[in-house]
Amino acid sequence: MNFDFSDDQKALKDEARRFLSDKAGAKVTRRVLDDAKVSYDEDLWRAVAEMGWLGAAIPEEHGGLGLGRLELCVLAEELGRAVAPIPFSSTVYFFAEAVMLAGSDAQKKGVLPKVAAGEVIGCFAVSEGPGAPSAASIQAKFDGSTLTGAKIPVTDGDCATHAVVVAREGSGVSLVLVDLNQSGVTRTTLKTLDPTRGHAKLEFKGAKAERLGAAGQGWELAEAVLDRAAVLLAFEQVGGSQACLEMSLDYAKSRYAFSRQIGSFQAIKHKLADMYVAIEVARSNVYYGAWALSTEAAELPFAAAASRAAASDAYYLCSKENIQTHGGIGFTWEMDCHLFFRRAKLLAVQAGAPAVWKEKLVKRLEQRNAA
Amino acid sequence: MDFNDTPEEAKFRAEARAFLEANCKPKAAENDRMNRSLKPDEYMKAAKAYQKKKAEAGFAGITWAKEQGGRGLPPIYSVIFNQEEAKFDAPSGVFAIGLGMCVPTVIAFSDEATKDRYVAKALRGEEIWCQLFSEPGAGSDVAASKTKAVRDGDDWIINGQKVWTTGAQFSDYGILLVRTNPDVEKHKGLTMFIVDMKQKGVDVRPIHQMSGGRDFNEVYFTDVRIPDSSRLGDPGMGWNVALVTLMNERLAVGGSYGPDYKEIFEFAKGINSPSGEGSLIQDESFRQKLADWIVRAEGYKLAKFRTMTALSKGQTPGPESSIGKVINANQMMDIGNTAIEAQDHYGIINDPELAALEGAFHQSYMFAPGLRIAGGTDEILKNIIAERVLGLPQDVRVDKGVAFKDLPTGR
Repeated sequence: MNFDFSDDQKALKDEARRFLSDKAGAKVTRRVLDDAKVSYDEDLWRAVAEMGWLGAAIPEEHGGLGLGRLELCVLAEELGRAVAPIPFSSTVYFFAEAVMLAGSDAQKKGVLPKVAAGEVIGCFAVSEGPGAPSAASIQAKFDGSTLTGAKIPVTDGDCATHAVVVAREGSGVSLVLVDLNQSGVTRTTLKTLDPTRGHAKLEFKGAKAERLGAAGQGWELAEAVLDRAAVLLAFEQVGGSQACLEMSLDYAKSRYAFSRQIGSFQAIKHKLADMYVAIEVARSNVYYGAWALSTEAAELPFAAAASRAAASDAYYLCSKENIQTHGGIGFTWEMDCHLFFRRAKLLAVQAGAPAVWKEKLVKRLEQRNAA
Repeated sequence: MDFNDTPEEAKFRAEARAFLEANCKPKAAENDRMNRSLKPDEYMKAAKAYQKKKAEAGFAGITWAKEQGGRGLPPIYSVIFNQEEAKFDAPSGVFAIGLGMCVPTVIAFSDEATKDRYVAKALRGEEIWCQLFSEPGAGSDVAASKTKAVRDGDDWIINGQKVWTTGAQFSDYGILLVRTNPDVEKHKGLTMFIVDMKQKGVDVRPIHQMSGGRDFNEVYFTDVRIPDSSRLGDPGMGWNVALVTLMNERLAVGGSYGPDYKEIFEFAKGINSPSGEGSLIQDESFRQKLADWIVRAEGYKLAKFRTMTALSKGQTPGPESSIGKVINANQMMDIGNTAIEAQDHYGIINDPELAALEGAFHQSYMFAPGLRIAGGTDEILKNIIAERVLGLPQDVRVDKGVAFKDLPTGR
């Protein structure tokens, strides 16, 4: 039994934590939070690119480090812990994964080296309005060379250079690759619950686009991209949850009420124990997701759904109870509790809300049992 | 990252498997429950015979030192044997408390002569042990034990009552936590003894549980004599001895019982949904709950794999091993409750002839409240997680610096 990260992967994690505690953290996240015109922190983005993280899982032949998905999981946990205000997930977990999964050699050669170098910021555009999208609900249209329609919201859509868009093509759905710096594309910045990440409405009017993967295979490909991204997002969620627990622990040990540390009260102890249990359940599930992702196992769809369901619930619980543990000060703008509370909600609804993944989990259990 | 055994572990697993195939019947299904077809005395005979074979084949006391008749292997091998044994109808339950908790305590705190007397017989299943800690007035606060031992020459004389003693009715020996000095602080006046359960003055009475069964006992001690040579640890050091025993308890009680998510999933296919349209498995709110159960059950299973990984690498298992009981007892309750309510009025019927899974959901519903209490209540376990894992400060103690006899008891 070897259900853990290797020593090298743990060393990478330690290195990432040191790096991010120096270059990222609440101060950096707040630079984006407090300035409506800034959609991400460019210094941190450059620093992360220089570390090679953007191309961690991109093969060396395409300019990446050629490490595995397990290494990417380790980085994701640390980025989640730091509430990093950069378009990392959109570019790496969604855009690059979509290109690696479905792209032609030419497409891979065209964009992956630029992703690794930090020159391309990618995003993944599915949602077109309230409610979970489905293959039948997609309205954006691709005619073989141009794209027309609107996507809202698109995480990091305001700063991205490229998008992978889920669009209708004939009677089916296809994935298409779009350069966003063209006249057929209009972006409108959106106000969201998590201003530490950029969001936009993207409107396409005859924008030049090319198909990514086979025509009519778009929904299946999108699901496959979502499964991969789900595991990585879940690592961010576990990292964020863990940060909330540690913040609560620090406060519970240092804050006195009724002449004693509040952490000596069972009401606080049990709350923090519940957070711990939720994190351990999530961590065990996401490790399984990491294994499935890195080995391209047939269990990936099941493991990805379980990862997302567990990690979304854990982050919600930990981020809200972190505020509660802090009491009044936790409700202030200056205290960092709300950074996690905001990010927890973005990560929970991005790429499918908890209820959507729970439904997928049960459906996949049914499929597994039928097989 | 993988789920494979090391070559040595794989070899051991194959040996274990060969032994089990030669000596036990495989379970009919993954979810097959305890074989209840044997009468208690027949079951006990079979259990003792099986344990003897296990000891002879080197599968009892796998982690124990060789001089104790064990095999001196790291804990991972014990986990591997248990995994394989769980696939068979192996009657090993009656020895779990003795070999898991009591005898290791005896080994840790007694001289060679005492070990020679007890350890091998326990390992071969010739003698069965029970643990006598809880009292009517000392549950979560087990250090508040009142059962009294008074020195009389080379003996001690015991008077008092223990409760919730698993297996006392068929045990030969027990480890017994008693108060030897009420004039000092609570934790400092306790002493641990080995007690002969078959002697005069030991009265074992089954407890009739709210679930209907009689799985536990009360044990009354009336002028019971114990020689001083049966003492474990110094007088007044009983609490330290008890902590060694208790360290192993949560691992022993951490398993899951009753129908799991797979069984309620199958069950839901044949039940009408609350809306009357389609079956329960098509009901949105049921599916969301089912997903939560999957996540927790798989999370627990995978957390055990993480524990195994730590053991396999020779490391001390991480804190993940402490979450099991909190998750499982509540999940068992929730699954039982949901299955009953899902049947509407019919759900009240628990007659095995008429109820789904021969009434197993009802058994969960009625037994889970006990599991939330046994082996450390949910609340105590959360305190343990908070204090030992998360490092939060202890609660304010009102029993420090006060003699036990002066502590308030509420009566």
